[in-house]
Amino acid sequence: MNPINTRGLTVLMFACGAAVIAMLFLASLAAAQSDPNRFNRLMKPAAERNAPPPMDGIHDAESEGTYLLQTPLEAFATLPKSKSGNYVQWNEAIDANAIVPRNNLGEQTMPPIVLDLNIVREVKGSMPDVVYPHKQHTQWLDCANCHPAIFIPQKGANQISMASILLGEKCGVCHGKVAFPVSECRRCHSRPKQQTVEN
Amino acid sequence: MQCPSKLLIAVLMITGISAFGYYEAANAEYGDVVMNEFSDDAGMRPVVFPHWFHRIRFRCKVCHGDLGFKFEAGGNGINMLKIIDGEYCGACHDGDVAWSIENCDLCHSGIPSTPTHVHHSTVQKLVAPVRSTTDDSAEVGDAEAEE
Repeated sequence: MNPINTRGLTVLMFACGAAVIAMLFLASLAAAQSDPNRFNRLMKPAAERNAPPPMDGIHDAESEGTYLLQTPLEAFATLPKSKSGNYVQWNEAIDANAIVPRNNLGEQTMPPIVLDLNIVREVKGSMPDVVYPHKQHTQWLDCANCHPAIFIPQKGANQISMASILLGEKCGVCHGKVAFPVSECRRCHSRPKQQTVEN
Repeated sequence: MQCPSKLLIAVLMITGISAFGYYEAANAEYGDVVMNEFSDDAGMRPVVFPHWFHRIRFRCKVCHGDLGFKFEAGGNGINMLKIIDGEYCGACHDGDVAWSIENCDLCHSGIPSTPTHVHHSTVQKLVAPVRSTTDDSAEVGDAEAEE
């Protein structure tokens, strides 16, 4: 027999075997999904995170273009990890030079104008106060992206509530859509309340 | 020896997609934006914009400042005429900075009739639907959008 044909046959058999294993694996996953007492019943299983475009549920697997798109896992392999969103620590990635996103069109990128100024917002309720770091934000954004349309640049002039953030206003214009999600409470609510009353 | 690995990937994908439809529940990246303002009506697939891919290459302000993109999915009225005139996506997708517009399927890659939405945005991820505390008519449509 022609050696190329033999190799082709071996590859085909190997592929069929792999297909059977894959089907069994997926069947077991599907069975696990139907267990009413499974862990994290309402959550997305870790194995489904960062799915490749043809399997991500919004790209059309019948389109050839879908298969040309980069897979998230390939891009994220070298980036620091987080526990939510894209599962990438985007600011750490910039600080570590793991990514160097351009700051303007064209190849000659100008360094961003970074403002190192923390704003502390004392919050009602029991949560720790919010420390807003301009530094991490100006690494990505211009002043005019937020001021004055979203935040009036004046102390005490901005009413912010978690309800409005959840609905996509104020911080929620980005956080909960593309910047780290609002489930990361302590990344904003990071400064313990000043203890003025002894309990 | 590229062939076997490619064949394997193809077989795995086909079994994964067709045999069980297991991946039909959307697992796309956080921040992926589907735009379907005009696509369905024009017989094209909706556009999927991957924020993650673009933020690796550009800071937010380049698009959301220099190019004038508003922070609102579907809120920019982008059409192909504006793009070929070099506005919005066309500022880079010109065959020079990024691949040019004749690669229709690379942007128009969404499943037909997927509504405009930001994938995995807060209101989508809430298990129970959210209601505005201030305004009953406030838009909370993203929660339904995923269905």
